[in-house]
Amino acid sequence: MSRASERLYRRRSLVNGFNMVASGLCAAFGLFWLVWILWTTLRTGLSAISLDLFTKMTPPPGSEGGLANALFGSLLMSTAAILIGTPIGVAAGTWLAEYARKRPLGEAVRFVNDILLSAPSIVLGLFVYTLVVAQVGHFSGWAGALALALIVLPVVVRTTDEMLQLVPGTMREAALSLGIPQWKVTLQVLYRSALPGIVTGILLALARISGETAPLLFTALNNQYWTHDMNAPMASVPVVIFQYAMSPYESWHALAWAGAFVVTIFVLLLSLLSRAILLRNKVTHD
Amino acid sequence: MAQASAIQAIDPAAHQAGERRNLRDARADRAFHWLVASAGMFVLLALGGAALSMLWGGREAFSEFGLGFLFSTEWDAVNRNFGALVPIYGTLVTALIAMLIAVPVSFGIALFLTEVAPAWLRGPVGAAIELLAGIPSIIYGMWGLFVFVPIMGEYVTPWLNDHLGEWPLVGALFTGPPLGIGMLTAGIVLAIMVIPFVSSVMREVFLTVPTRLKESAYALGSTTWEVVWNIVLPYTRSAVIGGIFLGLGRALGETMAVTFVLGNAHRLSASLLEPGNSIAATIANEFTEADSDLYRSSLIALGFLLFVVTFFVLAAAKLMLRRLSRQEGKR
Repeated sequence: MSRASERLYRRRSLVNGFNMVASGLCAAFGLFWLVWILWTTLRTGLSAISLDLFTKMTPPPGSEGGLANALFGSLLMSTAAILIGTPIGVAAGTWLAEYARKRPLGEAVRFVNDILLSAPSIVLGLFVYTLVVAQVGHFSGWAGALALALIVLPVVVRTTDEMLQLVPGTMREAALSLGIPQWKVTLQVLYRSALPGIVTGILLALARISGETAPLLFTALNNQYWTHDMNAPMASVPVVIFQYAMSPYESWHALAWAGAFVVTIFVLLLSLLSRAILLRNKVTHD
Repeated sequence: MAQASAIQAIDPAAHQAGERRNLRDARADRAFHWLVASAGMFVLLALGGAALSMLWGGREAFSEFGLGFLFSTEWDAVNRNFGALVPIYGTLVTALIAMLIAVPVSFGIALFLTEVAPAWLRGPVGAAIELLAGIPSIIYGMWGLFVFVPIMGEYVTPWLNDHLGEWPLVGALFTGPPLGIGMLTAGIVLAIMVIPFVSSVMREVFLTVPTRLKESAYALGSTTWEVVWNIVLPYTRSAVIGGIFLGLGRALGETMAVTFVLGNAHRLSASLLEPGNSIAATIANEFTEADSDLYRSSLIALGFLLFVVTFFVLAAAKLMLRRLSRQEGKR
């Protein structure tokens, strides 16, 4: 080999080696933050966890307490959001997959849905504020639930649409050829086949809203006391975390970390569960 | 048909029942179609409603300040004079810092996960990075405030002051008090948040490159890097840019993580180490404290601006991502 081509070869493999190592470092860089953030949350949060967290109310400054009312508020609003967002989302996803698959209007809705999926959540909070809170005149749990439902909606639409498109066309044809009306085919054949996927979508949506803070700040606001009245302002874990973490009190910081711990564990469990459902379903389909 | 008429001849009542049933089914079918179609329209309505309601909510601010709202650095709650330039500047600068860090790193991660890593490593590392995307943004914010800000204030800011602060031109960017909070910190936290989104899009589009194409290049003696740079990247260019825009859309609209570490200061400063503000952080911090209609209206007007900007960024992202799938469909 001539000297010049030798040099060229060496330079090319040097560049290659350098970039391969750099890509490995990038992956390590990404994992580094993940480990750091999770470790901080778990370590600090675990030391702040106690039974009081689940039995006592959020305390006034300087005294001890728990997050019971915030946990309950989060539970109520998330449940309401799922109950509002899921039926509409599943129906819209069905329309996209079964009735408007190649139609321009369907494409437009799919496009808008994708934008809604990554739209800033604080904007959705402002939307619900002007639509509900400003009209009714006071903050309420319902407004919070509605804002969360707007976050649930696009996730469920997207997964339902995708999962129904994965159902083989032969299944539809087989069912329709038996003379079954289309709505029955959809409800009893297609949904049954796409169910694991749709459930995964709902779980992912739940994971997403359980840590959502921004849209709740000016819809549900906050509440220091236990309430199950959805017409009144309502506490939620993320908003309490925000308020307490920004405060100067040590005991509030500890509570905020405990709340962060609970939320993180919940979200991680949900995402693991949804992965497991998808994986199991994939295996049985093959 | 012959069979059907035979049945009819035998039992007219049964035929009538069947007919009724057909009618009922047809009605139910129409009702079902109508139901799901209106749900689909609801999605359109939700987005349109969001835009219109914020335009409506911000009308007072828009009519009071006009176009000057966009260019005024004033933010005075007492004298009721509001301008959006400081939050707009903060939003753009933090998002820019985030993208400067996130794009090369995400590209590296996608490269690692598709070409470099041994097969057994790809699944776990990919899943772990995606886990990073699932962590709620408020956790990033808290971690940023309690863990990352002290480190920035104690080590990074003084170091930047000493080493980059003297440089001409860029020096002004890196001189500031060792507070730890500020644009740079917010940008870095945003970058950590955006990396999983961008890298997972990039990984997915890299996987769509036909193996034949890559193998041809390898057969000609290309190194892995040359295949990625000259084959994979040109093939997926529009989708990669789409993924970057998707990340940008997220970085622009992210609220909680930024609110914690940005400092909520309505001041325009050249330094990245000074506290600043972003649109989302301003709204989150001040909305419940807004004591006049004009104040609240100005905040909603800010939200409207954010919405319009993210809408166009995300729309561009979608269009560019779609171009790749159409290209694939042609083959």
